[in-house]
Amino acid sequence: MPEPPVWYLLAAIAISGAITVALRALPFAALKPLRKSKLVQQLGLWMPAGLLLILVVSVLRDEIIARPGDIWAIAASSAVTVVVHLTCRRRALLSIAAGTACYVLLLNLF
Amino acid sequence: MRPHSASPLATAESPRKEQVRAGLVDSLGVGIGIFPLGIALGMLVVQAGLPWWLAPALSVGVFAGSVELLLVSLLASAAPLLTIAVTVFALNFRHVFYAFSFPLSRVRHGLPRAYSVYALIDEAYATYALLPPERLASARIVTGQLAMQAYWVGGGLVGAAIASALPEPIEGFEFALYALFIVMTLDAARSRRAIPSIVLAGLAMTVAILLTPDSALLVGLALFTALLVVRHLVTRRSGSSGSTGSTGSTGSTESDAAGAEGTVSDA
Repeated sequence: MPEPPVWYLLAAIAISGAITVALRALPFAALKPLRKSKLVQQLGLWMPAGLLLILVVSVLRDEIIARPGDIWAIAASSAVTVVVHLTCRRRALLSIAAGTACYVLLLNLF
Repeated sequence: MRPHSASPLATAESPRKEQVRAGLVDSLGVGIGIFPLGIALGMLVVQAGLPWWLAPALSVGVFAGSVELLLVSLLASAAPLLTIAVTVFALNFRHVFYAFSFPLSRVRHGLPRAYSVYALIDEAYATYALLPPERLASARIVTGQLAMQAYWVGGGLVGAAIASALPEPIEGFEFALYALFIVMTLDAARSRRAIPSIVLAGLAMTVAILLTPDSALLVGLALFTALLVVRHLVTRRSGSSGSTGSTGSTGSTESDAAGAEGTVSDA
């Protein structure tokens, strides 16, 4: 495949960057007058844990769609990540490395 | 809450040097996930036949991990700019929700605050939204975010170098992003108080995947938010003495929950 032109790559980066920054910045401005609202405070309190779960489900789903034949590897590596994290005193480094290493090995060896 | 292994129990009043150190320590936990992911990004860029400089350019221009990985495949297939814009908007729309709970008020006005907003990646949100705001100072948050971006850019360069030297591609490094989110969720779910939020999120995502499989992430987030609003209305009607007993005084609310829900970065 021929390498895409540089202007195209730079334009894509500029557009994507502008959209990303706007999505991050505008809500802060919009929420400013609502800071004192009880609802906004409670949403801030309740959101983090659930939002993380939603990210997990979303990324997991993308991976299953991208590699439908490797669901067993995804399941096994997820289990390794969870078990290592819960049994090895919640050391993020170890759990992420173990899960990813397991996945890379399973995908490339079998 | 468990203290960081090396991080001092820095408070907002600690000296600046202490804050910078705390920020670096904060970034280590997620850095373990970000750096390999940066390597994965760099490898993907080179393996897709794109120029190596795209990896650092993406990490500075579009600093948003999961979207960068996706952009590589879109750019490699020469997707139209409009498609790219819509995809980035849909995938990053969740960042809108971060404004509810990211402690931006702790960051100094001007350049630090502008950078903090620009660099508000998932990992930065997860790290600082779960820490009690009164323990956070501007220097700590900004240092943590700068370090996270450094891991990401550095990882991309290393990955591009590795891929250029490899005879054959190695697959599966994208799992690091998923593993990172698993670990963060496990830590956030440590306290019983986080369970309702997680159950509602699971419910929202299930419905979203069944009804709108093409935009499940976006619809799931909207549904989750709607469910939390309902929860707010229900708990308010049933009286503030019930399940919301701990949220009586607004002052202690955030720190209370942040402590109870467990911190991600001390994992």
